[in-house]
Amino acid sequence: MSDDEIILNDLNDGDLVEQMKDDLYDGMAKEVHEGTQILLDRGWDANQILSDALVEGMRIVGIDFRDGILFVPEVLQCADAMKGGMGLLRPILAESENSASTGTYVIGTVKGDIHDIGKNLVGMMLEGAGFEVIDLGINNPVENYLEAIDKHRPNILGMSALLTTTMPYMGVVIEELDKRGILKELPVMVGGAPLNQEFADAINATSYGRDAAMSAELAKALVGKNS
Amino acid sequence: MDDRPKCLIIACGALAKEIVTLQRQLGLPDDAVTLQCLPADFHNTPNKIAPAVESILKNKRRDFDIVLVGYGECGTGGALDAVLKKYNATRLPHAHCYEFFSGSALFEEIIEEEIGSFFLTDYLVKNFDRLVVTGLGLDRYPHLRDAYFSNYKNVVYLAQIEDPVLKQKAADAADRLGLKLVYKYAGYGDLAVAIESTAKGVAPNYGQFHVRR
Repeated sequence: MSDDEIILNDLNDGDLVEQMKDDLYDGMAKEVHEGTQILLDRGWDANQILSDALVEGMRIVGIDFRDGILFVPEVLQCADAMKGGMGLLRPILAESENSASTGTYVIGTVKGDIHDIGKNLVGMMLEGAGFEVIDLGINNPVENYLEAIDKHRPNILGMSALLTTTMPYMGVVIEELDKRGILKELPVMVGGAPLNQEFADAINATSYGRDAAMSAELAKALVGKNS
Repeated sequence: MDDRPKCLIIACGALAKEIVTLQRQLGLPDDAVTLQCLPADFHNTPNKIAPAVESILKNKRRDFDIVLVGYGECGTGGALDAVLKKYNATRLPHAHCYEFFSGSALFEEIIEEEIGSFFLTDYLVKNFDRLVVTGLGLDRYPHLRDAYFSNYKNVVYLAQIEDPVLKQKAADAADRLGLKLVYKYAGYGDLAVAIESTAKGVAPNYGQFHVRR
């Protein structure tokens, strides 16, 4: 053990949370898992650990990704680290009386597109924000979205695309929702690397999620639970 | 005084060798076209393409009669086309180099057959380690391979030249990603058409075209 190695259990709560955010930023899954367990052992509420250490840590990651300081491989490492903590918290949150869901969110990558890294990051941040996430996976035709809406009655529908060639399909889905009278009651969020606000406006999406952290914030705002 | 129309090609570095090869096949003198390339690494950061192209056009557009931008849409989300409209320049057709090398019909056929197709060109095969392995961080985090590639089934190598060494390198790349190699000889496709068309604009008398598509 080196002299400068940090013993997480020796840190006070405030320093430990800060250290966990640093560890999450550095993609250190084992340390994030350990920090989460320590806070649980100290009697912390699972929701508070989630919001103060994990989600807040990923929010910083999201900002640095947007600003070109972090890149996709590093963000994926951070996501792995967050999963390290989420693995401990998820079963507790599921059983907790205080785990009232923020809402139900159906998310999927559109038809013709098999890219899911961004979608998975958004799903994780939504889960961190308290949403029940129904993940439809990749390459979804409009029928899949309609079926999931009918089955799960979500508060929000999210669509993802990485390709310039597949992003117009989001407009196809939104048009179909409009035709069926669903759009006026169901907010639709869109996201993906080639998208921008202008495109989201053009296809009549409710909002555009620029990155995973921002998407979770927007989703909370859409269901009226932005704190 | 040289009164030939002046032509500027601003291209992705991944196309530099191919463009020079085509120029020579067309019999164009080297000074008939000014070729300026941008880093091929923009392949992984397409948000950098439009600003970089605009920066060149802003300084040089007025010095040239013809400007061809050697990019497809390349994931810029419309930003590149907005720049080209502003500076009256044209780009290569289609969304990506894969499609303008293969042509739309073959490209659609490949995707129709297997949507999980990860494309390589000669350049990407030659630079697989730098652009794919290092670019995606697989050298530092090899366990991320599945996060990137678990939805893919095939590596489709769209070859510009028939070269057994490159074909073997493509097979090695596919193996490294845990995918099956599909080899298609594509040639230069619509890149050749665009360069030929540009050549006609620059030097209509250089008619001895021997472009191998």
